[in-house]
Amino acid sequence: MIMQRKKHISHAIIYVVLTVLSVAFLIPILLVIMNSFKNKLFISTTPFELPNEQSFMGVKNYVEGLTKIHFFNSIGYSLFITVFSVLAIVIFCSMTAWYITRVKGKHTSFIYYMFIASMVVPFQMVMYTMTKTANVLHLDNYVGIVVLYLGFGAGMSVFMYSGFVKGIPTELEEAALIDGCSPLTMFVKVIFPILKPISITVAILNAMWIWNDYLLPYLVIGTKYRTIPVAIQYLKSGYGSIDYGHLMAAIVVALIPIVIFYFACQKYIIEGIVEGAVKG
Amino acid sequence: MQKIYKKKKYFAIFTLPTLIAYALAFVVPFFIGLYLSFCNFKTIGNAKFIGLSNFAYVLSDSNGFLAALWFTVKVAVVGVISTNVIAFALALLLTRGLRGTNVFRTVFFMPNLIGGIILGYIWQLLLNGILIQLVGADITYSATYGYWGIIILYNWQKIGYLMIIYIAGLQSISGDLLEAAKIDGATYWQTLRKIILPLVMTSITICSFLALTDCFKMYDQNLALTAGAPGTQTTMLALDIVETYYNRVGFAGVGQAKAVVFTILVFIIAMIQLKATRSKEVE
Repeated sequence: MIMQRKKHISHAIIYVVLTVLSVAFLIPILLVIMNSFKNKLFISTTPFELPNEQSFMGVKNYVEGLTKIHFFNSIGYSLFITVFSVLAIVIFCSMTAWYITRVKGKHTSFIYYMFIASMVVPFQMVMYTMTKTANVLHLDNYVGIVVLYLGFGAGMSVFMYSGFVKGIPTELEEAALIDGCSPLTMFVKVIFPILKPISITVAILNAMWIWNDYLLPYLVIGTKYRTIPVAIQYLKSGYGSIDYGHLMAAIVVALIPIVIFYFACQKYIIEGIVEGAVKG
Repeated sequence: MQKIYKKKKYFAIFTLPTLIAYALAFVVPFFIGLYLSFCNFKTIGNAKFIGLSNFAYVLSDSNGFLAALWFTVKVAVVGVISTNVIAFALALLLTRGLRGTNVFRTVFFMPNLIGGIILGYIWQLLLNGILIQLVGADITYSATYGYWGIIILYNWQKIGYLMIIYIAGLQSISGDLLEAAKIDGATYWQTLRKIILPLVMTSITICSFLALTDCFKMYDQNLALTAGAPGTQTTMLALDIVETYYNRVGFAGVGQAKAVVFTILVFIIAMIQLKATRSKEVE
């Protein structure tokens, strides 16, 4: 009896601690949502007060702030760049990883180690020269930047795919080749479907990086095409003084796709994170 | 099989798209960048070779790079320890088989999906609101405020992420082992110290280095939350490099030299990490 009661009490304490922490984790976001409906003058002075007759703005912050910086264009650019970069990474990096893992040779192992070494290098090392290269080659638009993301994301993605390919038996490939498949058809029909779990992981890790990336799109295409993070930073630096009402509205709208993405593929995201951390 | 694969045609089809993009986005910029760190330049075309003087400047300028390095180290030490301790504690609570813990896991992990720029402004609102009421000044008023602001933001962002990795580590411990300990009369703390901790050492190593590398590379959060203010007192390494490059006329070469030193530092951390994980695997 006493043991049982002790257990109940300790469980209750754990629930209380977890609940308090969860609320603490959610407060910053709730605060932003609440303030997005208030006049900018009240946001910086009394951010913790609920909107009242004086401070309530309705959806004015949303209408004004989002049109001022063409925020819906930004959502479009972010979506386009993220979707096509992730597709390019999944298709081309899986092919490359499979090839350099299967074909043993000096050149393939050189390529492999080169990719691994590049995973470590921080973006600041190449930010200026990459931007210049992009300018010269006319990659400084929302289509060309996909090439840069493929190139800069290749290190980690090829590495993760290679690890997976090593575990695939070669008998399947041999059978397909004997049946008269060319290596390319064989890859598409046999290997790529087997790679599905790792493809999901690679896609999620890269999507999270590219969607939230700030410095690369800011430097390469930031003056013409502003992705979501660039547009939000622009609200601060692009105008004389920062309008917190507009900023809050933009943040709330920026959070919506993230929340949808999270609830739609939570299971894959969490599995992908563990996989990525343990392998990377 | 190898014979068919080795045809030049297939090498080209399978690897060239990635290799070309990789060369354009990484290899070429990397080596030009390395060369430029020994130059004085405004554009790549007029770069003048000046030997090691950029590096000499970087390593002697105590207000620039070295100050940013020291600030980054201070953030990293407290950031790595606090995120890991809290994340591990939460992972322990969430793996005790209580009902409904998935909801908590969902909530704790969510901030990790939000980008650094947005996180920075979310916390600027919250922290400025608190600071203005308590001391009548905002986060840019003092480097101490900025420092703790970055630490709090970093904890909020990373705890859920590290917690997920710790949960995976804890779930891989066999239940028999814990059962046996219980039968032998081990208390919870004894089990934790003698059984659980040694078995999740790999997770601890992984998480510590993840957090460490992350702190060293932090840029977006720093830019949005404090932008280095007051002055440049809360500038971390990555922000210092970008500022030197783009906001100080004639200092592009110094900026590139800083980036090279930065790369070397991150590389050293990665090498130590590799060694640490390898030696754990042998055990």
